[in-house]
Amino acid sequence: MTPIELTRSPIVKAALRARWPQFVIRVIALAGFVFAILSGFIGTPVGNHNFSIVFVWIVWWALLMLIVVPFLGRGWCAVCPIPLPGEWLQNGALLKPRGKGFGLNRKWPRRFRNIWLQNIAFTLLALFSAVVLTQPGVTGLVLLLFLIVALATSLIFERRAFCRYLCPVGGFIGLYSQVAPVEVRVKDPAVCAVHTEKSCYTGSKDGYGCPWLIYPGTLTRNINCGLCLECLRTCTQDNVAFNLRSFGADLKQPGGRRLDEAFKAFIMLGAALIYSAVMLGPWGALKSAAYSIGTPQWLVYALSLLGLIYIVLPGTFLIAVAVGRTLTKSKETLKKSFSAFAYALVPLGLMAWIAFSLSFVFASLSYLWPALSDPLGAGWNLFGTAHVAWQPYLMSIVPFLQAGVLIGGLWWACMTARRIAAEQQTGRAITLQALPVMGFCFITTTGLLGLLIG
Amino acid sequence: MMRRIRLSPRWILIGLLALVIVVVPSPIALAARAARAERHFRIEASSFQYTPEALQVNPGDHVTIDLVSTDVVHGLYIDGYDLNVTADPGQTATLSFVADQSGAFRFRCSVTCGALHPFMIGKLDVGSNDLLWRAIGLSALALVAGVWVVRR
Repeated sequence: MTPIELTRSPIVKAALRARWPQFVIRVIALAGFVFAILSGFIGTPVGNHNFSIVFVWIVWWALLMLIVVPFLGRGWCAVCPIPLPGEWLQNGALLKPRGKGFGLNRKWPRRFRNIWLQNIAFTLLALFSAVVLTQPGVTGLVLLLFLIVALATSLIFERRAFCRYLCPVGGFIGLYSQVAPVEVRVKDPAVCAVHTEKSCYTGSKDGYGCPWLIYPGTLTRNINCGLCLECLRTCTQDNVAFNLRSFGADLKQPGGRRLDEAFKAFIMLGAALIYSAVMLGPWGALKSAAYSIGTPQWLVYALSLLGLIYIVLPGTFLIAVAVGRTLTKSKETLKKSFSAFAYALVPLGLMAWIAFSLSFVFASLSYLWPALSDPLGAGWNLFGTAHVAWQPYLMSIVPFLQAGVLIGGLWWACMTARRIAAEQQTGRAITLQALPVMGFCFITTTGLLGLLIG
Repeated sequence: MMRRIRLSPRWILIGLLALVIVVVPSPIALAARAARAERHFRIEASSFQYTPEALQVNPGDHVTIDLVSTDVVHGLYIDGYDLNVTADPGQTATLSFVADQSGAFRFRCSVTCGALHPFMIGKLDVGSNDLLWRAIGLSALALVAGVWVVRR
């Protein structure tokens, strides 16, 4: 599908260039975020009656994984409140550029210009997730830490270095944003090549230089584009477009595949497997182990999680890739093939998370109504819904949806693996090289099916 | 670039196989329908698990569950059946029903009982889990289609 340029419409373009809508959404989100921190600390310790738990881990998570990431990619990053205070200080302005901002404006260290720190940050969150997801005080603390680290990073380093290199959530949103049917791209790279000012990167009176530290002229994948739309505002050549495109278009790009991003795919897939077993499975001992931080049982759980996502999954996948290479006598290096084929796990992993979230979210969504009326658990009844009883939604059809989503993810992963193999091979060798990777995807899907609907 | 998917005989065969996997009754399920019985279970609920954590019955069985809470108030809600029972600490509450739907159903605590309450889950297997086996069958078919049908 040829991308459809939505910004060709003057109304859409004006709406996307306007700062106020994005600003208002971000300020409202910031207010909600600060309230979530406060309610985590001063609200009821009962998780499913506390605003912080219900709104962050049920409502926000549902919106993020079921709607925003699959359809808008980094749409959340475009309105995320976490870096907002730091950006205000950094820019010395709330809206348009006004002059000199505040902060050291240092460059991010070269050795960390990858997503390994995001991988580590997500892994740490995953290790403690049973507590983070259920204890309002811990959720409040984690959210506060996000805010402080983002602010500190903004004061030391240039632009949105926190979002690009540290945010544990941004890492996986970026990975999965490759499947989303929207993109910001330049219309004609040749125009950028001869445009010496590069106002999209350096900024202008109309907007800031790319906060995500990318040069739009060479942008081919969504992974690092935060959809902030600054380049749409700063481009003096009218050469930036917001496009509608086919799902997964980035996965067809042969260049720019990296090992750190490949490992993110394993971390996310492994976490989906572990969470499905711990949170949605019937094994009480497993839940207790994940929750009892510091105990020998937790240590076993933590080592199992680390072993699965950093050794077992990548190790098995490496064998699958090596078998494919041997069968086809591929001349590509094993490392390069490993990194390339790991992108087949992007649709598989996203669908695994959607399947996991469907069960979790629909079983818990009704906690929203009491939390809306009584966000701190203080006995309020603001909207008359404080006493609405818990009731799972759609649980009769959720397993069917999960099965469909997982099978669709497998098919998508198989097609992606074939496409990647086709970059290196021709004819029958495409199937031979992709087959072991497809087998890996099939086994993983079977495991997920067993955990979620078995 | 990949060739576009066309309605070739291979695709028609894959489609027919998919249809077979989805609609043909499971022989295991058909066999299980013959055996119907009274089934009685005692489930101990404690933070945050059920013991036993999984129950197995046959379709058509008349199931009675005695829910015994050993610490705080716990509930037991069965997905799909939309049945609920709650038990006070030290007390037994009883739930009776006919297992007239086949498959695997989660049961979960319906009364806030502590931090891990939303994840206090057990499992009720009624006969064979057709959905799981059909889904695995379709997954295998997706793999076969990916290997055999889609070609450059």
